[in-house]
Amino acid sequence: MALRATTRVTLGFILLALVCFALGDFEISAHDPWRSVGQLLLGLVQPDFSGIDSLGEALLRTVAFAFVGVGLGAGGGMLLALCFHRWWVRTFSAFIRAIHELFWALIFLQSFGLHPVTGLLAIAIPYAGIFAKVYAEILDETDPLPLDVLPRRAGRLSKLVYARLSQAWPHLVSYTAYRLECGLRSSAVLGFVGMPTIGYHLMAAFAQGHYSTVGALLLLFYLLIGTLRWWVRPRLLPVYLLVAPFLLGTGLPITWSNVTRFFTEDIVPSPLKRGEGLSALWEWFAQLFMNQALPGILNTLLLTQVALVATGVLALALFPVISRHFTHRASGAAGHVVLVIMRSTPEYMLAFILLQLWGPSMLPAVVALALHNGGIIAHLVGRRSNEIQLRQDAPHGIDRYAFEMLPRLYGPFLALVFYRWEIIMRETAILGILGIATLGFYVDSAIQEIRFDRAMVLILITALINIGVDVLARRLRGYLRLRHGVNRQQC
Amino acid sequence: MSDFALKDAEAHYGATRVLGPLSMRIAAGERVALIGKSGAGKSTLLSLMFDRWQAQNVALMPQALGLVDTLSVFHNVYMGRLDRHRWWRNLATLAKPWRRDIDEIKALLDEVGIGEKRWTPCGELSGGQRQRVAAARVLYQQGDLLLADEPVSALDGPQASHVMAMLTEGYPQAVLAMHDLELALAFCTRIVGLKDGAIVLDAPSEALSSATLQDLY
Repeated sequence: MALRATTRVTLGFILLALVCFALGDFEISAHDPWRSVGQLLLGLVQPDFSGIDSLGEALLRTVAFAFVGVGLGAGGGMLLALCFHRWWVRTFSAFIRAIHELFWALIFLQSFGLHPVTGLLAIAIPYAGIFAKVYAEILDETDPLPLDVLPRRAGRLSKLVYARLSQAWPHLVSYTAYRLECGLRSSAVLGFVGMPTIGYHLMAAFAQGHYSTVGALLLLFYLLIGTLRWWVRPRLLPVYLLVAPFLLGTGLPITWSNVTRFFTEDIVPSPLKRGEGLSALWEWFAQLFMNQALPGILNTLLLTQVALVATGVLALALFPVISRHFTHRASGAAGHVVLVIMRSTPEYMLAFILLQLWGPSMLPAVVALALHNGGIIAHLVGRRSNEIQLRQDAPHGIDRYAFEMLPRLYGPFLALVFYRWEIIMRETAILGILGIATLGFYVDSAIQEIRFDRAMVLILITALINIGVDVLARRLRGYLRLRHGVNRQQC
Repeated sequence: MSDFALKDAEAHYGATRVLGPLSMRIAAGERVALIGKSGAGKSTLLSLMFDRWQAQNVALMPQALGLVDTLSVFHNVYMGRLDRHRWWRNLATLAKPWRRDIDEIKALLDEVGIGEKRWTPCGELSGGQRQRVAAARVLYQQGDLLLADEPVSALDGPQASHVMAMLTEGYPQAVLAMHDLELALAFCTRIVGLKDGAIVLDAPSEALSSATLQDLY
């Protein structure tokens, strides 16, 4: 029997992941990992809210950075979206969104230091790149007829606002609100590099072994995200946006000489700075590429492939928990809670926690990536399954899963997995900052050694392979003729 | 007064010619009804006219109406005059309309019978109500020539006549694609019949009756 294209691709991916799994380092090195897991769970059950002042401040800062960062990103993204028909705007947007917000934060930390502007730019820049693409798509989908019937001589701005933005408005608002949730996660994670958000407090609590504070922080974070739709109201948004800039804290003052030095000297490749000519530059680059970029790329790819397949397996196993074809009212609600928790925990935060518990290896990273991304895909596939109408005498249990559901959902499922491929890769690279030898590890080490020129080159390489994977995924979707509506839920 | 004339005009769909070559001139004061079976080329001819003459003062009411569903009835009508105001005034109108505009547009909407709906988003209206909003928009827009494609197809008897009267009186010249022959004869001064993309009939409406027009179908 000839295998179908989707089956061949699936088997190929699984095989590749097995090879990667054999090559990588997936051990638990902590001597008593389950005790730590137990301590953490105990912390979640008995959270300690006594440090409420600092907890409150952490939450406030997290929200403020998210609002201002996403707000700036949305404004910039809209401007870019309006000239998205120019190829250089598209390329520029693809480039800035290929660099993870933590990399942006690392870059700006070296220039602006621990000033709020570092955190804001770190969110606003990659988000502007994403907003640009999605806003442009939304605007393209508007009905062109209202524009055609407008008086010919109406001003460009009036035409834009009345005939296109007005139509696209509900979609723009709902997408931006969705991104705000992503922004909260990004903002929380920026704490891990020193911004005054939740991640910072989480790191500190872990360092001191205060598991009950960790529990309190995590619970507050879930509460914050879980209640988002009650406190983020379109009417309240302008108020939030006006107030948020005043709640960012002051941080440390910017030393402008550092800023200039960073952009004019620090990031210039050292052979050029010393005037050693092009051959020395090539030598420098070759060294950097062979000794750092290449192992970094290999580890990143290895980890990405394993995490991708683990994500897929988890998603296929979990989507029934929210599917009305497998659950009743109560169990479906419980399933929703599980998936919400899985997808609201940023992978970086999960990986950090698991690394503390299990010791350094690729395992915590894979588990973190699979839990977060698997939660998202399971949610989307489950929702999709609810649109399916089964005949009344359809089989139950495993038979229903294998004969009625999976054949219908596998195409959309695969499309979603490919959509998340690039995102998983971006995250894999960044997890290196935690000590796993992916590209982020080499970037972080270069920064520790104050070799910003090397860090910049490594970041550029990371961006390029992200763009490469994105292109590859798009090709694969085309080859398999996978079309899953417009799916924009990706963070 | 602007000059509206086509000379040997053609329209193609891919490699196939779907209209023309045809020549036609709209004289001052003329209200032309385009009639013919569906697929005869009425809509194609209208969009060709709009294409050629859009630099002049022409208003268009397409069959799909071109309303913005997310905006209110008032704003959709207001859009007919976006070119008369500065950009900042248009933007401010989105947030809070001027009293003067509201009064003027309310009067127009009352005329077509949907004054009380003026703050309803167009997406919530029925087909007939939407058609009246689009009619109010071109009436508000004003100009030298109106091009309208089946402007009253979703309206019932007396209402259709009323809106037809307003449209033909609101513009010095008009070209309307019609399928209701009685209305075409009652409100238009000239009837142009199309068949397979060519003009097969062109006569003043006094010289015609709906019985003679049946031959076209």
